[in-house]
Amino acid sequence: MTTPLLSIKGLTKAYPGVVANDDVSFDIGHNEVHALLGENGAGKSTLVKMIYGLVKPDSGTMTWNGQPFAPSEPKAARASGVAMVFQHFSLFDALSVAENVALGMENPPSMRDLARRIRRVSETYGLPLDPNRTVGDLSAGERQRVEIIRCLLQDPKLLIMDEPTSVLTPQEVDILFQTLNKLKAEGTSILYISHKLEEIRTLCDHATILRLGKNVGECVPAQTSARDMAEMMVGDTLQTPTRTTEKAGDVVLDVSGLTLEPSNPFGTTLKNIHFTVRAGEILGIGGVAGNGQDELLAALSGEALTWPDAIKVNGKDVANLGPNARRDLGILAAPEERLGHAAAPDLSLTENALLTGAIREGLSNKGFVNWSKTAEFADKIIKQFDVRTPGNHVAARALSGGNLQKFVIGREVLQRPEVLVVNQPTWGVDAAAAASIRQALLDLAAGGAAIVVISQDLDELMEISDRFGALNEGRMSDIRPAAGLTIDEIGLMMGGAHGMEVANVGDQQEGAGA
Amino acid sequence: MDLSAINPVLLIASLMVAATPLLLAAIGELIVEKAGVLNLGVEGMMIIGAIAGFAIAVETTSPMMGLLAAMVAGAVLSLLFAFLTQFALANQVASGLALTLFGLGLSALMGQSYVGIKPPAMATLDIPVLSDIPVLGPILFSHDPVLYIGIALTAAVWWFLKKSRGGLILRAVGESHDAAHALGYNVIRVRILAIMFGGACAGLGGAYISLIRVPQWTEGMTAGIGWIALALVVFASWKPWRVLLGAYLFGGINVLQLNLQAAGIAIPVEYLAMSPYLITILVLVIMSADKSGAPASLGRTFHASQ
Repeated sequence: MTTPLLSIKGLTKAYPGVVANDDVSFDIGHNEVHALLGENGAGKSTLVKMIYGLVKPDSGTMTWNGQPFAPSEPKAARASGVAMVFQHFSLFDALSVAENVALGMENPPSMRDLARRIRRVSETYGLPLDPNRTVGDLSAGERQRVEIIRCLLQDPKLLIMDEPTSVLTPQEVDILFQTLNKLKAEGTSILYISHKLEEIRTLCDHATILRLGKNVGECVPAQTSARDMAEMMVGDTLQTPTRTTEKAGDVVLDVSGLTLEPSNPFGTTLKNIHFTVRAGEILGIGGVAGNGQDELLAALSGEALTWPDAIKVNGKDVANLGPNARRDLGILAAPEERLGHAAAPDLSLTENALLTGAIREGLSNKGFVNWSKTAEFADKIIKQFDVRTPGNHVAARALSGGNLQKFVIGREVLQRPEVLVVNQPTWGVDAAAAASIRQALLDLAAGGAAIVVISQDLDELMEISDRFGALNEGRMSDIRPAAGLTIDEIGLMMGGAHGMEVANVGDQQEGAGA
Repeated sequence: MDLSAINPVLLIASLMVAATPLLLAAIGELIVEKAGVLNLGVEGMMIIGAIAGFAIAVETTSPMMGLLAAMVAGAVLSLLFAFLTQFALANQVASGLALTLFGLGLSALMGQSYVGIKPPAMATLDIPVLSDIPVLGPILFSHDPVLYIGIALTAAVWWFLKKSRGGLILRAVGESHDAAHALGYNVIRVRILAIMFGGACAGLGGAYISLIRVPQWTEGMTAGIGWIALALVVFASWKPWRVLLGAYLFGGINVLQLNLQAAGIAIPVEYLAMSPYLITILVLVIMSADKSGAPASLGRTFHASQ
């Protein structure tokens, strides 16, 4: 057997109160796309940070081409040929593409040479990109190209990709996979981190599965079913949400001609949005993040007021009512950002339950809070939605993301809404909890509520929605029945591959000039 | 009222002198803020620079030694701020305010025996031939060296931020310290160096007041220039040349209103005295309408564990 490119033996890393990695071992061969699979919190990120020199392992060894490998800082890892595309935190919005790339290199050439090299590499790998643009103005897919090109300019032997497709349209995912296959053919190994099983099955040669910091199995993804891999990841059999098809009722939520300027300078303007949702129906709204999702939620929840008659509920104009007046009418919402938007981080769960529940649950009377009733309501949410917490006195920020998400969704669902709007209901939530949140939304719809689910997880939207629409640059696509939609159709509704047309035009101009 | 008593050549020459302390302090603070740190202690570092520079200049009878000492003193005081905010992770606003109060108090204590003394004079840099040109000569070519250092520093800071690798790293740290850390840059080290540079500049600006502009020592003699410098950085949208422009505007109106007061114009003195502050801020607010934003990590505490 040949020496693997990177061999990891017994890596262990503990943080106070939690063992992030416990005796993890696996090998990455040359020319291999290796998947690292696991739930949120399984220890994937800690593991790759150790390979990239950002975190020091407590024990265990790594060997690189047979040589001992213990990078003390990212610089050392980069020098050996490790490059990493981060999930978050690695681009600078106010700087240009070229400046961002230069920051990731040890000895960058002059800006003019660098711009030329960026153009060349981006054309070679089919990732069009203008080096002079400001990163803050780029779409999510283009931002990722910046990171990938930054890595490619260093001729890496091992490219680590942390959840690269979570922000891409299906068309952009295709382009990415073509790039990765090309890299592999040229001799670069790839460590691919994801929890999207179908992707791993099409792309990866080998998979290592982590659960709670431990290596719980390996498989060849092409020969293993997605369901088997999911169950290895979760360590349990998975409950698929079931829905009972009910005949949709009358139109409850009627949005017509909704136009809204964003409240912050980097927001998206909503442009003339029309849709209706009937009682007992779930409308799924997809789209790449930053195309107006936050603004749409704000308009529906009452955080942002709009022109008269833009939003009607049961025929009543609610466009100029604030959130509390809308709650009174049964219009509830759960925004995406859990800490600071959906929940106040330093308040207890009881206090957070009061914040949105006060009106519909009658938790206050003449300005006085009925704390015992509020605590009961909080306990009810904790119990019915299986929120893992020592009690209702715990501060919201002390809960893990998934548990807090269950609390936030449960708080709205248990208030018997007539209209419920949720944004990213299962973001960062493990598969089992996500299934139970989806089931709760389906049950709520079966009970006659009109539900709008805004999400970037297309599988989720296809699983629970009756009809589907996509936001693209603040405009809503046609709303179509979800059943029978193909992934290509959805991708086109989301706007296809962002920036591709622009880039092609640029190429032609350059060709003409040469 | 006799407006003919105002000599425009002298007016322009003296506005450059009046603007220099503000320019030095603001350019230093600009670098600090570009690294993502908000140091409200500029006033404190200036006054410490003013007394330290004054005392050393008197003791050594060398104004150059005084200026050097002022820069060291400002930088040393800023290290206290750096320790509080970068290692003890204290709140930057509170630490900066404390630094100002501490600096004002300490300078009053240090300066007790220096009140009423005249410092050694700084020779002006009369550039031969050039300074003899009528009008332009006295305006541009016969000043003290520190004034030219201020202008050169503006150019150097502009070049550093725009063109150099170090400047790129500094801006990156100020823009997103998490991303800079993930790429392997030492956020704390960059910020401490920036804070020390800001302290040295503020100290030099303070010494310029006590050694060249006034020149003598009185308690609290920086009179809020440090605060104006802070506002100037914001309203200049973190751009060095706009800082220079704003500083000269402030200096110019200040000198003009003093001249108008002397000429006995029929506007109450209080209105004249507030005019430089009002007009400078008004002009810069209008100019900063283009929304070129603050460094995204400005004022946020960085801790390497995520």
